[in-house]
This record gives sequence, C-alpha cells and structure tokens, in this order.
Amino acid sequence: MRVVIIGAGQVGESIAADLQHDHDVVVVENRDERADELTYALDVLTVSGDGTELSTLEDAGAADADMVLATTDDDETNIVACSTAKALSGSAFTIARIKNTKYLRTWERDEGAFGIDFMVCTNLLTAESIVRVVGLPAARDADVFANGRVQMAEFEVSEGSPIADQTVQEADRFDSLTFAAILRNGDVEIPSGDTCIKTGDRVVVIGSPRSVQQFARTLAPEVSPEKSAEVVVIGGSEIGYHVCRLLEERGLSPRLVEQDPDRARKLAEDLPETLVMESDATDMGFLEREHIGDADILVSTLDSDEKNLLECLLAERLGVERTVAVIDRTSYVDLFETVGVDVGLSPREVVAEEITRFTQSGSAENIAFIETDKAEVLEIELDDSSPLVGRTIRDAVGDLPEGVVIGAITRNKEFIVPRGDTELHPGDHVVVFVDAAVLDEAMETL
Amino acid sequence: MPSALKVDWRTSVAVTGTVLKLIAAAMAVPLVVALVYGDDLLVFGASILITLALGSALERFDPDPDLGPREALLLVAVVWIVVAVVGTIPYLLAGYGTESTVGLDFSSLGAFVGGIVNALFESTSGFTTTGATVLGEISTDRHSHALLMWRQLTQWLGGMGIIVLMVAILPELAVNGAQLVSAEAPGPQLQKLTPHIQETARVLWKVYFAFTVALAVLLALLGASGLAPNMDLFNAVAHAFSTMPTGGFSPQSESIAAFSAVVQWAIIPFMVVAGVNFGLFWHLLEGETREFLEDTEFRTYAGLVAALTGVLSVLLFTGVAPRLAIGGLTEGVAENSLRQAAFQIGSLMNSTGFATSDFAQWDQHGQVFLLAVMFVGGSAGSTGGGIKVIRWLIVLKVLKRELLHTSHPDAVQPIRLGGAVVDEEALRGIVAFSMLYLLLFGLGSVVIALDAARVGIELTALEAVGGSLATVGNIGPAFGRLGPFGSYLMLPDTTKLFMIFLMWVGRLEILPVLALFTGAFWRR
Repeated sequence: MRVVIIGAGQVGESIAADLQHDHDVVVVENRDERADELTYALDVLTVSGDGTELSTLEDAGAADADMVLATTDDDETNIVACSTAKALSGSAFTIARIKNTKYLRTWERDEGAFGIDFMVCTNLLTAESIVRVVGLPAARDADVFANGRVQMAEFEVSEGSPIADQTVQEADRFDSLTFAAILRNGDVEIPSGDTCIKTGDRVVVIGSPRSVQQFARTLAPEVSPEKSAEVVVIGGSEIGYHVCRLLEERGLSPRLVEQDPDRARKLAEDLPETLVMESDATDMGFLEREHIGDADILVSTLDSDEKNLLECLLAERLGVERTVAVIDRTSYVDLFETVGVDVGLSPREVVAEEITRFTQSGSAENIAFIETDKAEVLEIELDDSSPLVGRTIRDAVGDLPEGVVIGAITRNKEFIVPRGDTELHPGDHVVVFVDAAVLDEAMETL
Repeated sequence: MPSALKVDWRTSVAVTGTVLKLIAAAMAVPLVVALVYGDDLLVFGASILITLALGSALERFDPDPDLGPREALLLVAVVWIVVAVVGTIPYLLAGYGTESTVGLDFSSLGAFVGGIVNALFESTSGFTTTGATVLGEISTDRHSHALLMWRQLTQWLGGMGIIVLMVAILPELAVNGAQLVSAEAPGPQLQKLTPHIQETARVLWKVYFAFTVALAVLLALLGASGLAPNMDLFNAVAHAFSTMPTGGFSPQSESIAAFSAVVQWAIIPFMVVAGVNFGLFWHLLEGETREFLEDTEFRTYAGLVAALTGVLSVLLFTGVAPRLAIGGLTEGVAENSLRQAAFQIGSLMNSTGFATSDFAQWDQHGQVFLLAVMFVGGSAGSTGGGIKVIRWLIVLKVLKRELLHTSHPDAVQPIRLGGAVVDEEALRGIVAFSMLYLLLFGLGSVVIALDAARVGIELTALEAVGGSLATVGNIGPAFGRLGPFGSYLMLPDTTKLFMIFLMWVGRLEILPVLALFTGAFWRR
C-alpha cells in the first residue's frame, strides 16, 4: 500500500515508523532539515514542500496513493491537504488529524465532507483514553467503537458477585447490553439465555456506554466508580472539557478547575453535572480548602507539560490516589511517569496509535483484541454489497459460523439494540464479537 | 420644557385612545345584558358614547403614533390607569341617585369624593383581576344585571391583558409588540410561541377564550340539568368571566358558596388551569405533550397545588374551622374537607380570590397557613398574580448557590431551569422583583394599618398584612373584616387610593411601573 503522510511532526514520524516495513511510505514536510532528518532515520521517502500545494502532492505521488494522512499540528492545514489530495486522486483514502471537535461535528454530519474519509480528533481521543483509565475499575479491558457510542468491556466474575451462578437471562437486565461471550478456562463460549455464569468466568459485554457502566455497577457495587469516585480535572482545555463530558455520560460528577472566568462560566453552562471552580490550581490554599487531596483521581490537562507535572506532584503529595497527566511531548511520558505521575498520556501518541490501527485493520473500522488472541471485536460498516444487508439478525447469524455474535448496531449515529428481528441496513455500523478460531471463515462472509 | 423630555408621551396617549375604543366595544356585552333584563340600558348607552368620545379625543394627540421602547413602557402604565378610570363610568352613572356605594353623589363633597374613589377602587380591582370589593351589598336586587356583568367583564378583559388583546387585534402595534407584551404579561420573561408576536398574542387569547367558553357551557349545563338550581346562564357566563382571569368577583354575595358542591368541584380545575402558563396549552394543542408535562414550572405548580391541598384537607378535617354558615362543617367530614381545601388553595394560591368557606373565621393557624399560600402566585404566562412559581424556583436556586459559595468560594455555578441556563442578568431582575414585591408588601401593611388607625379604624395584624398582600398580589380577599365575605368599604379613601396604587403596580409587576418614576426614564 502506498501511504503519503503530510507533516513530519511527532505524530507523522510515529506513524511513519510503524508503517515503514510493510508499506511504501512517503512523508511530506515543509522544513527541509526535518525532511532530511527523516530520510536517514526511517526507511521512507521524504518530499519537502507545502502539503497543501498541488505540485508538492504530485511530487509525493499522491495521485497513486492508497492512503493520504494529514497529521500536522494545524487543523486547517490538515483539512486543506486532504481536500487537495482528494482532488488529485479520488480513490485515495484520506485521514485528517483534527484537534477541534467543531470540525469533527461537521464531518460527522456528512462523512466525506472536506474530502476527508476519516477524521481523528486528538482532543476527543485523548479524553476517551483518559476516561478509560479513570472509569470501569472492575473491567479488565475496555474499548469503544462507533465514535464512543458502543462500548466493549471484559469483566471478571469474582466470588460473591451478584451475577455468579445466575443464568445469562437473569443477569442481563439491561436493554442495550449484549452478552457476547464467556471466557472459561481459556475457552471462548458463546452464551445462550440459560448458560450459567460461574465464579472465575470472564464475561465480554457489548452495549451503550451507560448500560456497560450500569452492568459494572451491578457486578461489583462496592468498587463501582459511580458516585463514589471523586475525579478532579485541572484545566478547562478542550481535553478537560471532553473528559468531564464523558464522565458525566457515565454518571459521575467530576470537579473541574479553570482559571479564566469566562471560560469557567462557559464550561459550567455546558457541563450541568460538573462542579466548575474558578481558581489557580497550583494555589495551595485552594487545593486544601477544596480537599483536593481526598480525590481518587486527578487529571491534569493544563496547556503546558511542566504545569501538568507540577500539578500531579502537588496532588500526589496532598494524597490523591492516582494522577493522570496530559503530556504534549511524547518523549516526556516515561520521564514523568518515573518522577511520580501515575499515568502520562500523550495526545500525539494516542492519535498515532489510532491512525496506525486504522491503516492496519483494513475494512474494519475498529478492532479490539480479547486476551491478546482469543477473539476479536470488530466494527464493520455495511455497504450495499454486504451479504448481511436487508436481512434480519436471526437470519444472518445462521450463515455465520458459530462463535460470531452481533453485539451492537449504530445507525445514523443512534445506538440500536440488536434483536433477532432487527433488519440490517446499508450504512449500519455493526460491532461483532468473533472467536479467533473462526475468524477467517467469518471475515469472508462479513 | 418639552424638549428636555426624551419620551414622546403624546404617542402613548394617542394609542391609549385606541384602547378606549376597544373598551367601548366591550361595553356592548353589558349593553346586551341590559337589553335582556331591561335595566340600565341608558347607563351603558351613555357609557359607550362617553368612552368613544374620550378615545377619539385622545387619539388626536398623535395621528400617526410610532411607539419606541420607552413609549411602549409608558403606554402600558397609562393604559391601565386610563382604562380603570373609564371603567368607573358605568358604576358612577348607574349609582347616581341610588343607595349605591360606587355611584355619583352630589349631596356633599365627602360623599362625592367617596363615590368616585369607591368606583375607581372597584374598577381597578376588576381590571387588575384582584377581586377586592367595596360594592357593599352585592345582589341583583341592589344592582342591575348589566352592571354586575360589566364588573365581571372588567376582570376578563384584564386577565389575559388589554395590551395583549390590542396587539392581537391591531396590526400597527405588532412592530413593538414584543416590548408591550413583555411589559404587561405576568412572568419574568417573554415567551414567544411563534415568530410573529401578533400571532402569539392571538394564540394566548384564543386559548383563554376557549377555556372561558368551556367553563360557561359546563356551568350552564349543570344549571340546566338541575344539579345546580340557581346557576342560570347569567351566572354561568359571569363566573366564567372571573374564573379564567383569576379574578374573584362574583355577582353573588356568597361567592361560589351560593352554588351546590358540584359547581364548586367543577370550578376547581378551571381555577387551577388559570394559573398555568397559557403558552403550554398551545404546545399541547400542537401535540407536544412532552413540552407540557416536562415543564419545570408546571410540574412545581401542580405539585404545590396537590401538596398544599393535602395539608389543608388534614387541617380542615382535624378542625381548623368551626361549623360555618358559609362553608359548613369540615371537622370529620372528608368530602367537605377535601373540597374546601382544594377550592381555597386553587383560589388563593394563584390569586383568584373566590371563596366557598368563610376563612376569616377559621382558627388563627389556618389563616396564617392561607396567608403563606397567597405568597406563591401563579405561573409565568398565566393570568395569575403574585410572585409566581418560576421566580420562587429561581430565587431558591440562587439562595442555594449562595450557600454553596460560602463553603466553595471558587465554584462557578450557572442557574439552570429545566436544563436551560438562566443568564445572570435575568437572575438579577428576578431577585430584584421579588425583593421589591416583599418590600412593597411590607411597607404596604404599615401604611394601611397606620392610615386606617388615623381615622380610628383599628385593623388587626392579619387584616393589615392580608390587605396589603391581597391587593399587591391581585388576590382580593384578605382576613378579618377584609375577608372573603367582608368588604374594603369601611377603609378611609386614602387607604383605598393607596390600595389602587398597589393593585396597579402589582398587576404590571412593579419594575416597568416603578421605572416611570425615575428621572432617567424621562430625560436620558
């Protein structure tokens, strides 16, 4: 596959490094020195020039490219670069990295807008990663699909859990939740209504984020993150806002500290369940007055890495259990984690991972692995030619090998609970659980 | 020096003239009643002519009125005074040469002034939907059917608002209509249902009209079916006219207690409806049931009616009231306790002011409970008076925020109502209004008590406090001698004039009226 990457920043470089061995990668970079540097560092071709210029893209061979990735630090540049590449070659799959969610919202309204086939929103992705770290403590593994509308989680059924020794039918009290599989003694078992859940089993559930959260609560009410988890978010940046929004969706009421009065007011209006405070978060008086030390988790999303480090160290000293810092410079992550930050997240790294994962997963929109290789959960967009289209789930599942479960469907960005008589339409996003043993067979049909 | 004035008062006066023509047209209703009963025909013929003449004269002040925002504010205030004044004409003419307390009387200066003040009190009380009366003996033997119908009609006109009606009818007012409607309509903010304010005004009046017709028909049917022997067509229409505007006047001296229990039960839901935002019924007609049922103010209002009725039922059942000539025995009588409780709450909470029990004779704690109920008020966009449920909700939320601020001084907390953020400026207006209302009520009690004492009338605390609240909140009946079957007649003229001011200010929700008394309004 021929891949053109526009922008050789940290994100571009990281993606190029991941793809260099299996694909023909061309990197476009407007700083000559940086372009030279990459020529030697990686096994890729570099073209120096402006990625939004037609001639540069022609030089880079974008006309024959299978995929064009725009990964510069500037949203508008990335959008224009993708549009230009699309103009050059209608068949290239274009991916743009975006920081501001407003462009994502526009794009979601009409996928393919701006000539972009896939949009990766840095701030949103980072926020989602943070929330994954914060939420679902009982879950061993969790992943989101369909832009966060579907969640997959794997839970271990511990001794004394309320669902132990119940049948699946009894345990499944949630409308939009599907029991995809039970992992028992290393085997994948597809449950039916009267399968009995035993202590030590691991259950894989797929459903709306809320239902998964509710399930997590019934599973282990005493350690559930609901209400009990005190989360403090420092800095009302775009990432901080999305973290709070996502936590609210999961039923938590976080606290958010923002220094700028106007921004604080705006955040307070947009986040009804969040307690917004207007203060300098490094002010010890404030931290003590608000008992920030009692928080379970502190997430620092301030605009500079150093401030985030300072904030986390302060919090740690006050007694916060876990600290999460957003770190812009990928190279600082290890360092910060050594010094005392519990989890360091680099937005650039998150995006690079997402884009790499996307380029590798082919037609599947999203993919998650269960227990490394036992099974996969895939998100597939149905096109007109899909053999599943126009059929009910009961009907369609008959054709699929045993070990495949349709866990959730999103249609027009709405979550749909899959039932036996639900009919599949073109354009539906289907989240399926596939046992690794039948993966190849299943992929042919899907 | 007229040039120093920045308000073109002529415009406001001219439009007021147009309003008077409308009032003259409305006088056709009592004229028809006069024709039917063959009484006071001349009075209403003359009233219509005088009102028309006055209207035409005022219109000449500005042949081509062009209302700006301040003129609109002035217009609303002036209209309500002028209309109240014109509303006295039938009372004065009909009462001339009779024993009437509200008629023209040339026998002495005191009697002359007294008659005029009484007429103005009755007229203002009518248009502002207060329902406090100085009519003395209320019966069709003493007054003509036509005059009593006029008294009811003033309430009906004032309920949904004369200006709102004007905007609905007159296209030339539509331009600054939003300003006009928001100055007149009860509630903190204007709720436009449709893009055109004229259409919104029409919708409100249509809903209002429909409910009035429904109640009149229901009452007339009850009368015709024999369930309410004394409910004839006259009474049915008259009571519909004062139920829907949360008015409280009745052509019967015993108010609704004059009718059977069935009638009382029938009126209760309509009184409750009159305190609901009429815009919500429009949503209901449009099939938007959710907008209706999930409206925060509506839910609070309905919940309050139910809860307060429950508490009062228990109080009545356990004997807060003695056996009464009007209201009967409630102690240990479940149906009567529930009916009296529901009726009194439905009537007093949203400022209607009907009564089926002489609560002035209840035990003190029962009266104090009712006094507290009177503070609630109706909903925004209803015909009810008082502080209004929505303001209470917001004031309570502001107070709660202040409490939070004492322990978390850095918290930023916007006030939300039904999910929507209320902006800080609106909050300030609401808190200011509520403070002014309470201030006016408090000062009013003092003025009323002192002024009555000046002429040797010693009011009880409940009478003075109740009288102040009943007029500024447009409720009507208070306690003691000012109770539901009492009268404001014995008060001195000065107190009555002060109460007229309270009713006027209370109906227009204080702020727009008090703004007129600031120099900044006129000059800058």
